[in-house]
Amino acid sequence: MSSNKVIHALYNDDDVLLSAIKSIREQKYHIEEVYTPFPVHGLDKALGLEETRISIMAFIYGCIGFTVSILMMNYIMIEDWPQNIGGKPSFSYIENMPAFVPIMFELTVFFAAHLMVITFYLRSKLWPFKEAENPNPLTTDDKFLVEIELHNNEKELKALLKKTGAIDVNLIEKKQDNHE
Amino acid sequence: MYTFSNKLRNFSIILMLIGFLGLTYGFLTAPNTIEQANAMVAADPHHGDVHGHSSGANDDQTEEYKKDTPHADSMKSYHNGGHEEAHNNHAHGDDHHGEHLLHQLQNKPWAALYVAAFFFMMIALGTLAFYAINRAAQAGWSPALFRVMEGITAYLLPGALIVFVILALSGMHFNHLFIWMDPDVVAHDKLIQGKVGFLNVPGFLIRSLIYISGWATYRYFSRKFSLAQDKASDISNHKKNFRISAGFLVFFIVTESMMSWDWIMSIDPHWFSTLFGWYVFASMFVSGITTIALITIYLKSKGYLEKVNDSHIHDLGKFMFGVSVFWTYLWFSQFMLIWYSNIPEEVTYFITRIEDYSIPFFGMLVMNFIFPLLILMNSDYKRVNYIIVMTGIVIILGHYIDVFNMIMPSAVGDQWFIGIAEIGGFLFFMGLFILIVFKEISKAPLHALGDPLMGESERFHY
Repeated sequence: MSSNKVIHALYNDDDVLLSAIKSIREQKYHIEEVYTPFPVHGLDKALGLEETRISIMAFIYGCIGFTVSILMMNYIMIEDWPQNIGGKPSFSYIENMPAFVPIMFELTVFFAAHLMVITFYLRSKLWPFKEAENPNPLTTDDKFLVEIELHNNEKELKALLKKTGAIDVNLIEKKQDNHE
Repeated sequence: MYTFSNKLRNFSIILMLIGFLGLTYGFLTAPNTIEQANAMVAADPHHGDVHGHSSGANDDQTEEYKKDTPHADSMKSYHNGGHEEAHNNHAHGDDHHGEHLLHQLQNKPWAALYVAAFFFMMIALGTLAFYAINRAAQAGWSPALFRVMEGITAYLLPGALIVFVILALSGMHFNHLFIWMDPDVVAHDKLIQGKVGFLNVPGFLIRSLIYISGWATYRYFSRKFSLAQDKASDISNHKKNFRISAGFLVFFIVTESMMSWDWIMSIDPHWFSTLFGWYVFASMFVSGITTIALITIYLKSKGYLEKVNDSHIHDLGKFMFGVSVFWTYLWFSQFMLIWYSNIPEEVTYFITRIEDYSIPFFGMLVMNFIFPLLILMNSDYKRVNYIIVMTGIVIILGHYIDVFNMIMPSAVGDQWFIGIAEIGGFLFFMGLFILIVFKEISKAPLHALGDPLMGESERFHY
């Protein structure tokens, strides 16, 4: 980081925010972070973020869950403690497979969903009791905040941000011992 | 405005001609006497093949098996006594097996005709339901596709009337597709006797007419309001369309369910499943959506539908994926409960299908579930036209086989084969479908200009 000064621009509408981000990026300013009270549709594209890879992970996690369910059911119901349920004492996994399909489905979903959430937390560096990074509590209510790095260009940047419809522009000095 | 190209018109007419020849061949080669039927099965190599696939290890028992199964197959006779009696009263009481075989082989071309006629009618009906849902939900993404959907639903009335004619012919005993229509069978069958209040020919045909006229009436007015909206200065036509669509959906879900009991489930008059209507609905819904996607992509490749973008195709792809999974869910719900409870009355349905129809039965699961699941799971693939077309063709064929599996086992037992008559039936109705659908599409501008939600649909992006 060449500078620990950042500009915080506050917006009160997601459409204004999207068009503002477009013009800020056109002027080659580097947007550090955007804080929004809800997921804004198309924000990732406007910011030029890389596409998420979580869907690939979801597929892999689902496959893991699917495999675990098969191995688990095979051990519990066939190998370890075979029972005659519903007059089907074949003790063969494949012949009793229809009965296990709901469990296979549930565990696939369970693994995919939970591991995806955990992955998301890890990637976002979130954990319990973590201090909030959110610079302005208004962004948890109804305001949108854009954080831009500053390189001795305060005046032009402030003018640009005002023009894009920011309701408030602030210069903030970040604490050095902050995160990252 | 789309113009129906001569090439496509000729193609559809050629399909109909080939199909007609195939069907004619099927009807001409059906046996007339028991001796002919016995001779055909003895000489027919297909029959051996089918058994080779289905019974596998039991090859040496095939002869014995053949003698036993036709009873269980076509009549679902878990109380054999009644049926034995019924057949002893027949003139040919000596040769039950031969007589069953004769009925099955005589049913075969009729069943081939019926499966194909029903299947293409079902595509139009599924599309009509999808259209009505989009109208009733005031969906913003789909108005760009309304004219394509309206074109497909044009096939509903002629298609349903053809099905009705086949049903009426069955009622007049031209074939034995519906054994409960045969008074001789009913006289010896306590279970069917108990259902006569519902399963009787006049009631059956009157109900069918009510379903068909209800669907066709909605389709007629919805199309009329949709075209009128193009030139209107207010949105009153749009509002009317919204109202009749909501009303139609209520009518549809009741009549669709009853239609599936009447037109399909009653072929097995002893067997019943409470979610059968939903199951048939899922099948027609996914076939309809797939057909919308295929025709949209075809028209786009010809330079029409310039307002339809990748995101519309993507959404159709999502529906194809989602409804394929929904279909599997219903199929499995029906299968698992019957498999688990193992009640003889119910489980015969699946035993017949697994033993005599193992290839179409399990093949259909691959085509309708595993294939679309794996291919259409990727978000990017749903925006690639050729992948949608390829998957769409597999889904369409898969659901043809689904209908095949619903009707054939009870109509022809283990005498099924996807041969000249079956393929002919499919081609004939495909030709008719293309002819009627594209003719209707060419009648109105492809862009429903006046729709108040059109702007949203044009700007639609994912």
